[in-house]
Amino acid sequence: MTTGDIDVGDIPHSSDVPAPQTRDRVVIRFAGDSGDGMQLTGDRFTSETATFGNDLSTLPNFPAEIRAPAGTLPGVSSFQLHFANYDIVTPGDRPDVLVAMNPAALKANIGDLPAGGILIVNTDEFTKRNLTKIGYDADPLEDGSLEPYQVHPVAMATLTRGALEETGLSKKDAERAKNMFALGLLSWMYHRPSEGTERFLREKFAKRPELAEANILAFRAGHAYGETTESFAVTYEVAPAKLQPGTYRQITGNTALAYGIVAAGRVTGLPVFLGSYPITPASDILHELSKHKAFNVTTFQAEDEIAGVGAALGASFGGSLGVTTTSGPGVALKSETIGLAVALELPLLIVDVQRGGPSTGLPTKTEQADLLQAMFGRNGEAPLPIIAPRSPGDCFDAAIEAARIAVTYRTPVILLSDGALANGSEPWKVPDASALGTVDPNFATEPNAPDGSDEFWPYLRDADTLARPWAVPGTPGLEHRIGGLEKADGRGSISYEPDNHDRMVRLRAEKIGGIRVPDAEVDDPSGGADVLVVGWGSTFGPIVAGARRVRGMGHKIATLHLRNLNPFPANLGELLRSYRTVLVPEMNLGQLVMLLRARYLVDAQSYTKVSGLPFKAEELQDVFLGYLDGSHPSSGERGPAPQGVDE
Amino acid sequence: MTDQQIAPALGALVDLGLPGIGGLDNVPTAEHPQSAKDFTSDQEVRWCPGCGDYAVLAAVRSFLPTLGIKRENTVFISGIGCSSRFPYYLNTYGMHSIHGRAPTIASGLAITRPDLSVWVVTGDGDALSIGGNHLIHALRRNVNLKILLFNNRIYGLTKGQYSPTSEQGKVTKSTPMGSIDHPFNPISVALGADATFVGRAIDSDRKNLTAVLGAAAAHRGTALVEILQDCPIFNDGSFDVLRKDDKENRLIPLTHGEPIRFGPAAEDGLGTHAVVADGLTLKVVEAASVDPSRILVHDADNHELAFALSRLSDQDLNHTVTGIFRDVNRSTYDDAARSQVAAAKEKGSADLQSLLNGRDTWTVAG
Ligand code: SF4
Repeated sequence: MTTGDIDVGDIPHSSDVPAPQTRDRVVIRFAGDSGDGMQLTGDRFTSETATFGNDLSTLPNFPAEIRAPAGTLPGVSSFQLHFANYDIVTPGDRPDVLVAMNPAALKANIGDLPAGGILIVNTDEFTKRNLTKIGYDADPLEDGSLEPYQVHPVAMATLTRGALEETGLSKKDAERAKNMFALGLLSWMYHRPSEGTERFLREKFAKRPELAEANILAFRAGHAYGETTESFAVTYEVAPAKLQPGTYRQITGNTALAYGIVAAGRVTGLPVFLGSYPITPASDILHELSKHKAFNVTTFQAEDEIAGVGAALGASFGGSLGVTTTSGPGVALKSETIGLAVALELPLLIVDVQRGGPSTGLPTKTEQADLLQAMFGRNGEAPLPIIAPRSPGDCFDAAIEAARIAVTYRTPVILLSDGALANGSEPWKVPDASALGTVDPNFATEPNAPDGSDEFWPYLRDADTLARPWAVPGTPGLEHRIGGLEKADGRGSISYEPDNHDRMVRLRAEKIGGIRVPDAEVDDPSGGADVLVVGWGSTFGPIVAGARRVRGMGHKIATLHLRNLNPFPANLGELLRSYRTVLVPEMNLGQLVMLLRARYLVDAQSYTKVSGLPFKAEELQDVFLGYLDGSHPSSGERGPAPQGVDE
Repeated sequence: MTDQQIAPALGALVDLGLPGIGGLDNVPTAEHPQSAKDFTSDQEVRWCPGCGDYAVLAAVRSFLPTLGIKRENTVFISGIGCSSRFPYYLNTYGMHSIHGRAPTIASGLAITRPDLSVWVVTGDGDALSIGGNHLIHALRRNVNLKILLFNNRIYGLTKGQYSPTSEQGKVTKSTPMGSIDHPFNPISVALGADATFVGRAIDSDRKNLTAVLGAAAAHRGTALVEILQDCPIFNDGSFDVLRKDDKENRLIPLTHGEPIRFGPAAEDGLGTHAVVADGLTLKVVEAASVDPSRILVHDADNHELAFALSRLSDQDLNHTVTGIFRDVNRSTYDDAARSQVAAAKEKGSADLQSLLNGRDTWTVAG
């Protein structure tokens, strides 16, 4: 068939297409060169899938370099998407379908494709030169090494070029649209709606309509190719998921976090001030918030991380909701200012989107290794509350919760997101904006000296919360000076008095320790489990998925997810002590487990991995099985996970 | 000079004939006249006896009431160092923050609160060493802040190490064989960062200090005022040559629109010395020895002249220029930031529900 045969006009619906096969869940991975537009392709497929009504979870994975050398292994960028007709919690372990746009993408990803998996390869890139570049001696498309898979070789660049012949675009420009060809092909295979993508392309290239048309043509050509070639005999259908009733949209963690900060401004009635410095993977929050000035949000791109948090603290002193967003290296730089905020007892929200460390580490990969930095990374006794969202959508609620605590208790709060949450996406049940509640900043307006004089005591605490009054400049009669030097309890003037310092250190700790947080809840559907798996942050998904798997095999296992890491929920110690085994999987070398062991004297076990990628459900399943005792079916006989109880 | 005397003087000094809005616009004015006492806190002042900071504090306490703004709308933010204790001694809102970071905190405050007069108190170590980055960025950004840089050319609070403005060769606790660091010239640094207002005064010269502070307050944007300050404990008498009998042969006071003449009065009543251009640099000559048309007339609008004047001041203090080097109008960061927010509010909807919904939603029926 020549490309001229492809009808690139309206997508035809021929009647002799075989009936689609149904699937409960599918994992697709698009992999290509950094310049191939894989993230965009994945994003579009995600949007189509969300619109269709599947539950979904995504895992973008890309190099830190903007354009790593073309065609090399370090330059491979991929986007994995898991979608299903039931509620899922992870982006999936292994792809069912791998789209490889070049030999490097094939080499980097083929190890994850299970035998029998579908492999779609852009053959145009399989030149001798490209193969040699990454160390293939023979062409894997010809040497039989791909025999275990259902291989579909497609000359995507050639076909795209052919489809775009009439457009007058250069060969190079035309070939650039091959990612849309791949998207069209996959959209056809999985019966995805295409209107959204066409509309998206028209808007994205509004200033260059010829490019919009070219991409749409390529998209349609991919769709038509699937339909008309013999190569693809089957299509698949994944029915919409039965989610809780409501209005849904697709959202990434960073967007949800930015919306949460906007909403926190509403909830507290305070103007929002973001002081930030660009850093991967947090910059998108700065970008997003800078678009929402209409919501009384001011964004300030500072000269460095320290200035970002300093400006936010200055805004808080003036009665705004001061926010700073960063990643681990930025938190290290901000530490001294965060310590000042602890001493000043002013509200401040610090968002740490964790990435691989130490130092520059792995900027685009995920990790949970900043927990102890958040907990202890300041000089002196400088406690502060820590909150970690568990999913992309949960970043919204976590931001509001963090702001509530910051404003109510006059304290800096660290919110620990991570790279997987930041860039991952899921369907999000859109909250009712009118039902988010309110938090009264309760500014001081009157002198408060206990002796009835007209003095203002900036460190006289609320008996219930131990919070100090927040008197903003401009309030007559409450002029006061605060600073990093130790203050006299109550009066707030400088004090070097030994007993006073001891009292103040303890008061600050008591205030943070006394923050009211919801009780922890154990999930143990069948009851009677004696192994409790405790997680925090983005490991929520893989832990739940791993637990579903072992439960599907007939085992009992309990899970507990911690959202409040400081203070811990009041009932946590009791819960931990009521299980024979407590297991804490973390993407670090055991930071939460260290806190739990120290705090509660429980012999909690640790399972850790720091590969820059989230845990896989299968991996945790195996770990969990290892901890289940002999009264359960032998852990040696691990069957595959039953359908429908998967991650 | 009493407060009453300063007030009218200020009015005259503030008007440099430059157009534009003032640094105190939007700051509410006091209903009743205020005095230095109103601006004095109950804290005992704890600098060393004879410290130059006392004179500056006294000058500022007397000067603040003349601004006529509400005390509660005045904020002093400092970093770390001897001079950074300043806010504790003023009965305004204040924050004694951390080393070098005061400009960042003040920037966040000034951007969000146009109704405040925000002052930063810093020193040579605080502003030019640990906080150098924040200083230059505040200056280029032109946030409406007034930065008082107390330059005593030494680290006082940490007991006497050399600072980024200490003269080369200076023997201190950390440089027993003499400092090998080339010092910063704070005025040149500020002008290099494109500061819109740059001035200099000596701690003991209350009249000039008050005049420069007044002009700084009236300036919309970041104003940097270098105050040459004596540290009798660790750098005693470092500026004495500028206070002694011969001082008039060293000090070059600037007045916008006036010829740059200094020294004992000549027959025409102006100074016997004059500043003239010498190629791309300046030099000091005897006024009588040159054609009067060659004598430079100070122009606070002229960036190049300001920079050239800053270079006349060297480590040996043979010539020390004081007064206002530069005072120009440039849009301020905080005004611009607020106007973007205002424009967005006017244009865009702030419907939170529609923001959360985004463009592509779907409904799952119950
Ligand atoms: S050490 Fe020097 S600068 Fe510091 S208070 Fe004493 S005299 Fe003043």
